[in-house]
Amino acid sequence: MLDVTTATVSDRKALRINPAKTCQPIGAMYAALGIHSCMPHSHGSQGCCSYHRSHLTRHFKEPVAATTSSFTEGTSVFGGMANLQQALVNIFSIYDPEVVAVHTTCLSEVIGDDIPTIIKKSREEGKIPDGKIVIHANTPSFVGSNVTGFSNMCTGIVSYLAEKSGLSNGSINIFPGWLDPSDMRELKRLADALTVPFTLCPDTSDVLDLPQTGVYEMYPKGGTPVASIKGMGDAIATLALGEFTAYPSAQKLLDMHAVPFEKLDAPIGLTNTDNYIDALRRLGDVEVPAWIDAERGRLLDVISDIGQYFHQVPVAIFGDPDMVVGLTRFAIELGLYPKYIFTGATGRAFETRIKELLGDKYPDTVVRHGADLFELHERIKGEPVKLIFGNTYGKYIARAEDIPLVRFGFPILDRVGHRMFPVVGYRGAMHLVEKISDALLNHRDRTCAEEWFELVQ
Amino acid sequence: MRKIAIYGKGGIGKSTTTQNTVAGLAEMGRKVMVVGCDPKADSTRLLLGGLAQRSVLDTLREEGEDVELGDIRSEGFCSSLCVESGGPEPGVGCAGRGIITSINMLEQLGAYDDAVGLDYVFYDVLGDVVCGGFAMPIREGKAEEIYIVCSGEMMAMYAANNICKGIVKFAKTGVVRLGGLICNSRNVDRERDLIENFAERLGTQMIHFVPRDNDVQRAEINRKTVIEWNPEAPQASEYRTLALAIEANKKLVIPKPLEIEELESILMEFGLFN
Repeated sequence: MLDVTTATVSDRKALRINPAKTCQPIGAMYAALGIHSCMPHSHGSQGCCSYHRSHLTRHFKEPVAATTSSFTEGTSVFGGMANLQQALVNIFSIYDPEVVAVHTTCLSEVIGDDIPTIIKKSREEGKIPDGKIVIHANTPSFVGSNVTGFSNMCTGIVSYLAEKSGLSNGSINIFPGWLDPSDMRELKRLADALTVPFTLCPDTSDVLDLPQTGVYEMYPKGGTPVASIKGMGDAIATLALGEFTAYPSAQKLLDMHAVPFEKLDAPIGLTNTDNYIDALRRLGDVEVPAWIDAERGRLLDVISDIGQYFHQVPVAIFGDPDMVVGLTRFAIELGLYPKYIFTGATGRAFETRIKELLGDKYPDTVVRHGADLFELHERIKGEPVKLIFGNTYGKYIARAEDIPLVRFGFPILDRVGHRMFPVVGYRGAMHLVEKISDALLNHRDRTCAEEWFELVQ
Repeated sequence: MRKIAIYGKGGIGKSTTTQNTVAGLAEMGRKVMVVGCDPKADSTRLLLGGLAQRSVLDTLREEGEDVELGDIRSEGFCSSLCVESGGPEPGVGCAGRGIITSINMLEQLGAYDDAVGLDYVFYDVLGDVVCGGFAMPIREGKAEEIYIVCSGEMMAMYAANNICKGIVKFAKTGVVRLGGLICNSRNVDRERDLIENFAERLGTQMIHFVPRDNDVQRAEINRKTVIEWNPEAPQASEYRTLALAIEANKKLVIPKPLEIEELESILMEFGLFN
């Protein structure tokens, strides 16, 4: 497997091999699932919709409902209006969601379907029942990546729904960026603990991490309610947790309704979580409860206990940019040596931020955006690492090079349970420490010489 | 079977010239099919006597994919066969994809089969080759000969030159060649010399100079080609001559498109920029 990869980093301009990203609509679909009672709708051919649904299902191990405009040859010539209008009639009459969130696909983008006009016309012609909502985002996959699609839908949610009454509601908007439901749940737990009124948007907890009850619910209780989204224009401020997946929608809300926002990195690890807690404390003018301090203290304790095994251990991190930025900082805090930091998404801001975090202590660290796993493998062949952080696609390199893989980010297609435990917050950080130490020490126990095989560590 | 595509600037008279020339070939007993590749679906009106024909894409939309050749192909003047690709209304969908879809469908349905016994197929393609779809007739060996309709007006020549650039691209990988320029006269000064010179520099020929004659418009008002409307008219002979010239044409080349400066210099030379 991957036998032909060599230690020479080949100079490539056009070719990407095993890209570390996927396409826009899957992000838009995921973001839309974070609105309560929302049906994501894929405006394109059926294959797009099937792929995105099944990929999300493979990660979350939950059924993912989404509808499609089912383009045919004729649709792509005559335009998708008739199909989208028929779809809206069918969706509202059969599945009855509160919101339909339309995202485009490559095909509908190339033929240039004008979604706002189609929505407007459908509204005028009574195809959208009164009180029901249709929003949209443009998500051409030949631009950007899954994170762009997520961000575009978040921005669409804000543009279509956020309102301003002029009266402050004393609330804080939290734009989590692309996190798992367990992470969203953890962000809410911490915000609740600080007794700050807030709106988390989107929020996929209680949508894609449901208890097994034996009953299928198309619209479970989770997801940000439309009423809360409408109120976001009246908030005190927005906390945007990630350059790529949260800042653009926060910027949109600032532009529309003058809600100021603060930029934070994804709250992964000690400092990033501190920043999240502190921003809530400051903006909400509240005290941090003692038990959160204690939780933080326990994380610090774990970090110091494990330090001897993590010190200067070279690691590779790849994945979606906001998650990688968050994790890089935590890796530094843990004493690991982030040697390769890769994202498949494109954006100079990624490299800039990572370099700020690295400072001058990691002179040989390779930071790459728009990169692929083939290059990561080439570099690992040249100068190996002891651990890889990344999604399931990293398992091929991990196997080929016998390097442990800590599954992190999206998608994780080959393990169960990851969705139960957050990676954000102090508890998420503790969970990560456990995963890292298990991976590193299990590998060492399995491969080290007998005289180094220790009972106590 | 000779496979011919007619290109040229919008409004230059491609459809009129194509149909009148096809009438000339059909009158000589040739079996000709015209495929209109324009969403407006007005490339076969004169041959069909104004008969509103269902386009391939309209049929596809209404009937689904279960289409038969008889639904989309009509017989016109002198047993010529007429097909309109059709397409979306302006501003929506993808007309280029429509051309691809309808040509594929014609192939599937056997419109080009030997059993049909075609001597010629003519593709009448809309204006500029704005995207891949409009290049479909010259891709993959579908059309092998191209004639560009132009006049002595600068923009028509500019468009012709641009089309030549497209031909070069497809000629390198395929069989398509330029057969010549058809000058559809606009009564520009020294127009014949100008186009002959332009053609020579492109490495091709002016295959015929079609003089301006209001009989063309008179015939069009009667929804007929000139040959059908008044076989004795001098203009009818012009189209017959063009048809014969195309039939006899062996000069098929890969054109050498001009730089814009050179194109303008021809116009200077022939006194348009006094």
